[in-house]
Amino acid sequence: MGTLARAFADALGLLWNMEPALVEAVVLTLQVTLIALVIALVIGVPIGAAIGLTRHLPGRWLIVPLIYTGMGLPPVTVGLFTYLVLSNQGPLGGLGWLFTPAGMIVAQTIIAFPLVVGLTMAAVQGVDPNLPVQMLSLGATRRQVATVTLLEARVGVTAAVVAAYGAIISEVGAVMLVGGNIEGETRVLTTAIVLETRKGNFALAMALGIILLTLAFVTNFAFHRLQVHQGVR
Amino acid sequence: MTSAYELADVRHCYGDRCVVDIPTLEVLQGEILGLVGPSGAGKSTLLRLLDFLETPTDGHLTYGGTRIDGDVSLADRRDVTTVFQRPMLLKRSVAANVRIGRRLRGLDTKDRGTEMWLDRLGLTDLADAPARTLSAGEAQRVALARALVVEPSVLLLDEPTGNLDPYNVGLLEEIVRTENAERGTTIVIVTHDVFQARRLADRTGLMVSGRVIELAETKGFFSTPQQPQTAAFLRGDLLI
Repeated sequence: MGTLARAFADALGLLWNMEPALVEAVVLTLQVTLIALVIALVIGVPIGAAIGLTRHLPGRWLIVPLIYTGMGLPPVTVGLFTYLVLSNQGPLGGLGWLFTPAGMIVAQTIIAFPLVVGLTMAAVQGVDPNLPVQMLSLGATRRQVATVTLLEARVGVTAAVVAAYGAIISEVGAVMLVGGNIEGETRVLTTAIVLETRKGNFALAMALGIILLTLAFVTNFAFHRLQVHQGVR
Repeated sequence: MTSAYELADVRHCYGDRCVVDIPTLEVLQGEILGLVGPSGAGKSTLLRLLDFLETPTDGHLTYGGTRIDGDVSLADRRDVTTVFQRPMLLKRSVAANVRIGRRLRGLDTKDRGTEMWLDRLGLTDLADAPARTLSAGEAQRVALARALVVEPSVLLLDEPTGNLDPYNVGLLEEIVRTENAERGTTIVIVTHDVFQARRLADRTGLMVSGRVIELAETKGFFSTPQQPQTAAFLRGDLLI
């Protein structure tokens, strides 16, 4: 208990002093997480909505289980796959993205994408199927029907954002493999925690953990406010 | 009188089962046409065909003198709208629901029409209320306001007062009657309440098993039905 309490007290000290190593890890974590999240959303939300809205989708019997499997992909496998693709001998080795934030973003996007698609699809399917009919009757184009349905499913779509964000900000395995945990370049909060714990720097690891939890909480708090607000209107 | 719709040999089938089978039917411009009949008679499917939500399997439909083949123009689609038995409101405010038709058309949503319709349907005080908090009657009033705010040429009503109390039934019927008289809006109302057809419709038709058995001036339809099935239906006998 003594170690834990001391580590916690020292962690607060480090936070108070805004240690440069901390700040760097925080900035990079947010960069990688948010960019990957935005890419996954931009591609995943329309695809999820399209699958959810298309009643007679050929191959649905295969597509849907594949998406569900993707939602539970072990991040470390994604890391391994991305590593091989981005390594010098890999098909995308020429990009030189291995051990860079860009490579980490690729891995995180792959992890977030099925979550976004699957949960958006489920949210859209939860909307009463008579709503699109009513919107068509009111003069909506196909595209407008999709937009209105997606907005109607907004609470569920926000849940997709939350799940994807949570999965990638807290993820270690893939960013460790693909990023390499290089200080000042590819070290994010989670990989830093692993390293500092192994080195016995419990205070620093604890400080990093507190920041990680705070980031997750603050963002989710904001998402929740958004959901509450949406539920009313 | 010119016709709003003309149907020629229109059939709508699912496999071998034809839910609508109408050799000929004319809906006159500016009339209120009532359609009565037992459930499963194909009344709702007919309305969906008139709203261009479905394409007939066979035959063809003429709207406003234009024969509809395959794709319907957006302008024609936006000329017609339906109020269904269940109002299907968006999880937004009452006012936002009433405005949705104008929004979909890219029209100004701060217009006086929205306010006017909220007022006429007694919804002004509820304008900012979330639609999900409304009673059934209020919700159906929102659905009617939402339909009328886009000034449709044809208003289709599918059991619009199916589960409403007499006060709301009276209010909705009055609005429909006024809309028809003042703007000349063509109205087709499907109802299994024969009294509602008698109160509202200029002409009334009986549909059974996908066919229009009899269609006549409302007065004659009720006083001197020509078909035995009509007489039986009006007596309250069960038709299959």
